[in-house]
Amino acid sequence: MIPEFGHFALIAGLLLSIALAVLPMAGSYTARPLWMETGRPLALGVFGFILIAFICLTISFVQSDFTVKYVVQNSNSILPVFYKVTAVWGGHEGSILLWLLMQAGWAAAVALFGRQLPSELAARVLSVLGMVLIGFLLFILLTSNPFDRLIPFPPVEGTDLNPLLQDPGMIFHPPLLYMGYVGFSIAFAFAIAALLGGQLDAVWARWARPWTVVAWGCLTLGIALGSWWAYYELGWGGWWFWDPSENAALMPWLVGTALLHSLAVTEKRGLFKSWTILLAIFAFSLSLLGTFLIRSGVITSVHAFANDPLRGSFILMFLAVIIGLSLLLFALRAPAVSARSVFSFRSLETFLLGNNILLILMMAMVLTGTLYPMVADALNLGKISVGPPFFNLFFVPLTVVLCLLLGMGIHANWKDSRWDKLLSAWRLPFLAALIIALVWPLAFDHYHWGGVLGIFVGAWVFTSSIGDILVKTRNADSFVAGLKRQRPSYYGMHIAHIGVAVVVLGVVMTTVYSVEKDLRMGAGDRYTVAGYDFEFGGIRLVNGPNYRATEGILHVSKDGEPVAELLPQKRNYLSGGNTMTEAAIDAGLFRDIHVALGEPMDPTNPSGDWAVRLQYKAFMMWLWLGALMMATGGGIAVADKRYRKAKAARQVSVSGKVATA
Amino acid sequence: MHPVRKQRLILVLVLVTLSSVAVGFVTYAMRENMDYFYAPSAFAAGEVPFEKRIRAGGCVVPGSVQRAEDSLDVRFVITDGEAELAVVFDKILPDLFAEGEAAVISGRLMQDGTMRADQVLAKHDETYTPPEVAESMVSHESCADGAKI
Repeated sequence: MIPEFGHFALIAGLLLSIALAVLPMAGSYTARPLWMETGRPLALGVFGFILIAFICLTISFVQSDFTVKYVVQNSNSILPVFYKVTAVWGGHEGSILLWLLMQAGWAAAVALFGRQLPSELAARVLSVLGMVLIGFLLFILLTSNPFDRLIPFPPVEGTDLNPLLQDPGMIFHPPLLYMGYVGFSIAFAFAIAALLGGQLDAVWARWARPWTVVAWGCLTLGIALGSWWAYYELGWGGWWFWDPSENAALMPWLVGTALLHSLAVTEKRGLFKSWTILLAIFAFSLSLLGTFLIRSGVITSVHAFANDPLRGSFILMFLAVIIGLSLLLFALRAPAVSARSVFSFRSLETFLLGNNILLILMMAMVLTGTLYPMVADALNLGKISVGPPFFNLFFVPLTVVLCLLLGMGIHANWKDSRWDKLLSAWRLPFLAALIIALVWPLAFDHYHWGGVLGIFVGAWVFTSSIGDILVKTRNADSFVAGLKRQRPSYYGMHIAHIGVAVVVLGVVMTTVYSVEKDLRMGAGDRYTVAGYDFEFGGIRLVNGPNYRATEGILHVSKDGEPVAELLPQKRNYLSGGNTMTEAAIDAGLFRDIHVALGEPMDPTNPSGDWAVRLQYKAFMMWLWLGALMMATGGGIAVADKRYRKAKAARQVSVSGKVATA
Repeated sequence: MHPVRKQRLILVLVLVTLSSVAVGFVTYAMRENMDYFYAPSAFAAGEVPFEKRIRAGGCVVPGSVQRAEDSLDVRFVITDGEAELAVVFDKILPDLFAEGEAAVISGRLMQDGTMRADQVLAKHDETYTPPEVAESMVSHESCADGAKI
C-alpha cells in the first residue's frame, strides 16, 4: 500500500502545482487578491505531498519492500539501515524525487519567508515555481516513477546499492548539489516575475540576492563534497577530472558566481539590470542542462544510470521550453527594466563587469569542451574526447586574471575611484603577496616558478582582502571598534574571497608539490616518497557488515618517527558485483598521505606482491577548507540585517501605494 | 565625441578584441587537445597517426594479459572482433579491468605498432559497455556477447 500512497501523493502534488501555476498568476493580472493569496497555501501543499511521497519511498527502502522495482535495483536486505535511507537517492528515479522535494522545499520557503514580499511579485514568483514543478512532476510520473511495482513475481533479494555510493560523503553530496541547482530556480522565478511586472529596482535585487547566495553556497559545498568523494572514494587521489558530470555542476556555479556579483551592482547602483536577469535565466538553464547531460546518458560517467531515451528527450524538451520562453520574454520585456547610467573605468562597476565577463568566458569554454564531443559525434566528425589539457589551458590563465582583478577591485569605489588612491591601496598587498610567493617555495625541495606565480595570485587575493579590512578600520578609535562597525555582508564577502585564496593556494601547492608513485610491493618492502618512509607489512583479510576485504598494512614514518599506520582495502561486497578500492588517507593541514591498493600481481597468490599507489598530496585540505569558507561567507552575508530591513522598507511603500490608491 | 558614446565605443572595442582573442584561443586549444577514438581495425588499416595522443577501445582478449616479474609493467591485447591491438601500461590497472571485458585506453601509438597507455579506463559497472566500444565492435554488441561468438 505504501508505494501506492507515494504515487498518489505525487499525482496530488501535480494537480496542486497546476493550480499553483495558474491561479496566482491569473490573479496578478486580474487584480484578484484572493487568487494571488492562494500561492502560499498551494506551494506548502505541493511540498507536503512531495514530502509524503519521499517518506513513502524511504519506508519502502527501510522495510526492504522488494515488490518495488526501484528498491530492488538499489537496495539489499543486508545493507546497513543507514545506507538504506541514502539509497533512496542512489539511483535515477529517487534522485529526481529528491530534486522535486528540494524544488518544492524552496517554493515553500519562499511562501513562508516571503510574507513581506509585494503580493503581486510573490504571486508571480510562486506561479513560475509552480510551472517548473509541473515539468518535474510530469517527468517523474511519465518517465521515472520510483514506485513502479514488480508484481506478481517480486524477487526475494535486491541487487544492492552501488558500492561506490556506500559512503558517508554520498549522504550530503547529492542533496547539497540539488539544493544549489534547484535554488537557482528561485532567482529564475524572481527574474521572470520582474520581467512580467516590468519592474526591477533595488528592492527587487535585495529580495533576490539572499536566495541566490544560499543556492550558490549549497552548490559550492556540493561541488566540494563531490570532489572530496572522488578524491578518497574513487580511490586514486585525483580531485578534479574535467568529467562532464563535474562540468555540469561547475557551469551553473560559474554563472551563479557572476550572478551574485551582478546582483550586487543591481542592488547598490541600479545597473546591469537586464544582464542580471539574463544571468538568472542562464544559471537555472545550465542547472537543467547539467541534469539533462547526466540523466540522459549522452555522457559516460559514474552518474549515468541505465538510461531510457525518453528521459533525455523529455528533459531536452523541458529545457527548450524554459530557455525559449524565458529568452522570448526577455527580448520582449528587457527594455522595460534596463537603466542608463555612467561609471568610470576605475569604478567598482568596471571591476565587477570584468568579473562577470571572465566568469562567463570560463563557463563558455567549459560548455564548449563538454558539448563539442557530443556535437562532433552527432555530425559524424569522429569520436573525440576533450581532455584535461584543453580545460586547463584556458581555465588556469582566466582564473589568474580573475583573481588579480578581484584583489584590485576590492579597493575600488562605486562610480569612480582616484588612481592615486587605488595605487596606494594596491602597493602594500602587492609587496606582501610578492614576498609570500618568493619565500614560501623555499620550504620545499624544489623551487618552481609556476608555483611562485600561483602562490602570488592566491596570496594577492588574501593580502588585498586583509588590506581592505585594515583600511576600513583605520579611522575607528580602535581596531576592534572598527571591526564592529562593519556589517555582516562585508565580512561575508571577505571570508568568501579569502576562501577563494585558500582554494587557489591549495590547488597550486597540490599540483606543484604532490608526489605520486605506483609500485610493486611485497611484504617487508620499503619505499620513500617525499621524505616519508613506507613499509608494506603484507595483507590480511577483514570482514565488514556487508563486504569482505583484503586489507594492506602500510607503516608510514618520517625520520624514524612513526607517522601513521594506513590500511587501504580492496572490498568485495557480498551482494556480488565489482571489487572496490578503498583508499587510506592520513589527512593533515599541510599534507595528506594517500595510499591505495591496486591488485595482486599474481591473482593465485594474494600474499605475494601487490600493486600499491603511494601519494604525498601537499595542502590537499585547503581545497575543502577554502570551499567551506566560501559557503560560510555566503551564509554570513545572508544574515545581514539589510535583507530584513528591506521588508520594512517595502511595507512602507506598499502601504503608501494603498493610501494613494 | 560625446563622453558617453566614447566610453561605449571603447567598451565595445574591448569586448570585440577580447572575444576574438578568446575564439582564436579556443580553436587552437581544441585542435591541439582533441583525442580521437579508434577501434583496433583502424590501427590495422594504418589510419592511426604515430606518437599522437589518441584513444582506443575494445574487449580485452582472454588470456592476453601478461605481467612483468618485478614491476607493474603489463601487456595485453584488445580486439573489436576483427583486428587486435597490443597495449603496454606501467601503472595500476583499474578495478574493473578484466579479461573479456571492455576497456578504453588513452595513450600513444608507438613505431612498433603497440600502444603505450597513459590511462586505462574500464567500464564502471558489470552491465555497462562504453558506447564507443559497443559501436566499434563488429557485432555491435557488448564484449560478453562478442566472446560467445
